[in-house]
Amino acid sequence: MPMSTIEQRALSDSPRTSAPLSARAGMFGWLRANLLSSPVNIALTLLCIVFIAWALPSLLRFFFFDAVWSGADRQACLASPMRPHPGACWAFVRVWFSYFVYGFYPAGQRWRVDLFFLALAFGVVWLLRLSSPRRDLAALYFFVILPALSFILLHGAPYLGLAVVPTALWGGILVTIVVATVGIVFSLPLGILLALGRRSDKPVVRLLAVGFIEVVRGVPVITVLFMASVMLPLFVPEPLAPDKLLRALIGVAMFASAYMAEVVRGGLAAVPRGQYEAARALGLSYWRMMALVILPQALQATLPNIVNTFIGLFKDTTLVFVVGIFDFLRTIEAARADPKWAAPNIPVTGYAFAALFYFVFCYGMSRYAQSVEARLARGSRR
Amino acid sequence: MTDAAHEAPRRRRRLGSVAVQIGLLVIIAALGYGAILNAAQNLARAHIASGFGFWNNTVGFDISQTLISYSASASTFGRAFWVGLLNTLLVAGIGIVLATVLGFVVGIARLSRNWLVSRLAGFYVETLRNVPLLLQILFWYNAVLQSLPALRGSIVLPGGGILNNRGLFLPRPVFAPGFTAVIAALLLGIAAAILLRLWAGRRQAQTGAEINVLWHALGLIVGLPLAAFALSGFPLSFEIPDLGRFNVRGGLEILPEFAALLIALSVYTAAFIAEVVRAGILAVPRGQIEAAQALGLRSGNTLRLVVVPQAMRVIVPPLTSQYLNLIKNSSLGVAIGYPDLVQVFAGSVLNITGQAVEVIAITMAVYLAISLVTSLAMNLYGRSTVIVER
Repeated sequence: MPMSTIEQRALSDSPRTSAPLSARAGMFGWLRANLLSSPVNIALTLLCIVFIAWALPSLLRFFFFDAVWSGADRQACLASPMRPHPGACWAFVRVWFSYFVYGFYPAGQRWRVDLFFLALAFGVVWLLRLSSPRRDLAALYFFVILPALSFILLHGAPYLGLAVVPTALWGGILVTIVVATVGIVFSLPLGILLALGRRSDKPVVRLLAVGFIEVVRGVPVITVLFMASVMLPLFVPEPLAPDKLLRALIGVAMFASAYMAEVVRGGLAAVPRGQYEAARALGLSYWRMMALVILPQALQATLPNIVNTFIGLFKDTTLVFVVGIFDFLRTIEAARADPKWAAPNIPVTGYAFAALFYFVFCYGMSRYAQSVEARLARGSRR
Repeated sequence: MTDAAHEAPRRRRRLGSVAVQIGLLVIIAALGYGAILNAAQNLARAHIASGFGFWNNTVGFDISQTLISYSASASTFGRAFWVGLLNTLLVAGIGIVLATVLGFVVGIARLSRNWLVSRLAGFYVETLRNVPLLLQILFWYNAVLQSLPALRGSIVLPGGGILNNRGLFLPRPVFAPGFTAVIAALLLGIAAAILLRLWAGRRQAQTGAEINVLWHALGLIVGLPLAAFALSGFPLSFEIPDLGRFNVRGGLEILPEFAALLIALSVYTAAFIAEVVRAGILAVPRGQIEAAQALGLRSGNTLRLVVVPQAMRVIVPPLTSQYLNLIKNSSLGVAIGYPDLVQVFAGSVLNITGQAVEVIAITMAVYLAISLVTSLAMNLYGRSTVIVER
């Protein structure tokens, strides 16, 4: 089958040029051109229809029609005479929902987390909409003000009347978002520095940058996290030992900046030589040249790649699971293990909910990256 | 203006550059020295030895899947390292093969003119690559494989396999001594087929006559080993797994951890490979195909001689990096307890010895070595396929 489809694509003319106009008109024309153009094609179409007819109804039944929408414990989701084949147990998600979002963050303080989500969403929209005003201020807000504000909000500041909430109580989507945000906030500046270091004319700087980037990218992310969580406490004097979440965040910042450095390097390479020469001719120093002329162009050109790297980073936040941080996935695992909710359909329900969450974020970001790419391509063609 | 006047600022700049670099080195050396001092102090306080002396100590823990002989009471940490490394290579090797096959099928299906086929392939790619791999591993392990029937309700597969939530038990092939003859015949058949193909190619170059050697070659590769197999008295038997009351005895055991990790890795990486393949095929200009048709090449030959070689040049570099990702991602098996290098070495061995620095350094060095070897091979390939401009 694969060979025949590749031959069809590669060797025959596209329907647009080969089929006579009348054959393409209307619904039947479309059907004939796209689904029924040859015996192989008809067979493939039938195969697909059989597959869809088998998969779609059972999925719909499981996730919607036979699903359990309310209940207080496993009894609601077990098979019963009334419900011989119970589907997904959404009651489980409803009961545990606030745990999935906040972890053990004290109930009375959760408005702080909501405020953090809002402030973050505001910054993201401001920064990513290509047409928003003063995106330079947005960058200042996102990379300087927001991190400080979030720390005060989430961790607490007794002198402002905000009780301290230890990170051991943080969990769920809150931790996932915090890890992802720290990853992007630190990885972009550090990645830029590393990328500049890699292109530096100073051999020592170049060697250090290349060494760091290649080592971190050459090993599994998990080992970087292990290193941060096991080795870091050894390397600092005991009283300074960072807490568990902070160690994981350091690990995330390390691998994210190594990956980001390569993306930024690609963007730097896309800036024409003349831009460097013109900036030098104007008498700009190295740092002013980079900040005012080169980096704005490089980052704009590579924005889709930055977003794609961020999608990878967002998926990789799940790995903090392995070093014992209660991120979103880990809260699902913890809730799943509760004997009060031990039912055969609970694992699938929990994982489906988590998958939906990650899918919505990642797919949304990848659509955004595609639209930016299309827009940049339009701009450069002009 | 004299040369000297030119020289002065340049020399000053160079001195400044050297000063910056030396300063950087001093800072890093100081940080490193401080870190080592702290580490030494912290380790001494916790009574943890340093150095690689632990390598030859006895382990004292069991590993669920071992490709080489291993026992908790007699084997050393070094042996455990090799067991873990081999497990990593096993799951990564099979995963690469499966992901490649699936990825090529999906990537080509995505380009199909059949609307349903391309949409289904697109759905596959978008869904699987936007859901974290760790989530997919947990899904296969906890939601699918753990929900298989328990030992009592084991599913007995045709041919004597047994499937339950403890794993898949297949008949294990047992090779009698005569089996080497079959392998020798297989190698011989492959060599003969290659020679035949070379001869046909030379013949075509000389006379222009096209000789189809496919069936003869297949006959050589399949027929010779079959003949040897029959002549040496069928030196192969199967050990059928036996379903006991408390466990399954004998047979080839495939752990659910292995199966879950393998399925998740292949299915996830295939989504990325599909995109690589699609981009590679789209990168071949239409004119190339039209030119090949104009030369009178048949469709199979157009594919084999014109499309595939050009597409492969675009496909292979990103494909290699997907392979590397798969190898590195196999370390996620630690989340479900698959005994790979990270789980055995950076997990169990580290917990027992407490020698974090040495253990993590060895683990990282292994993956780095794999990465370096692969990118070296990649560069060689890239050099061999570079377009020669004439």
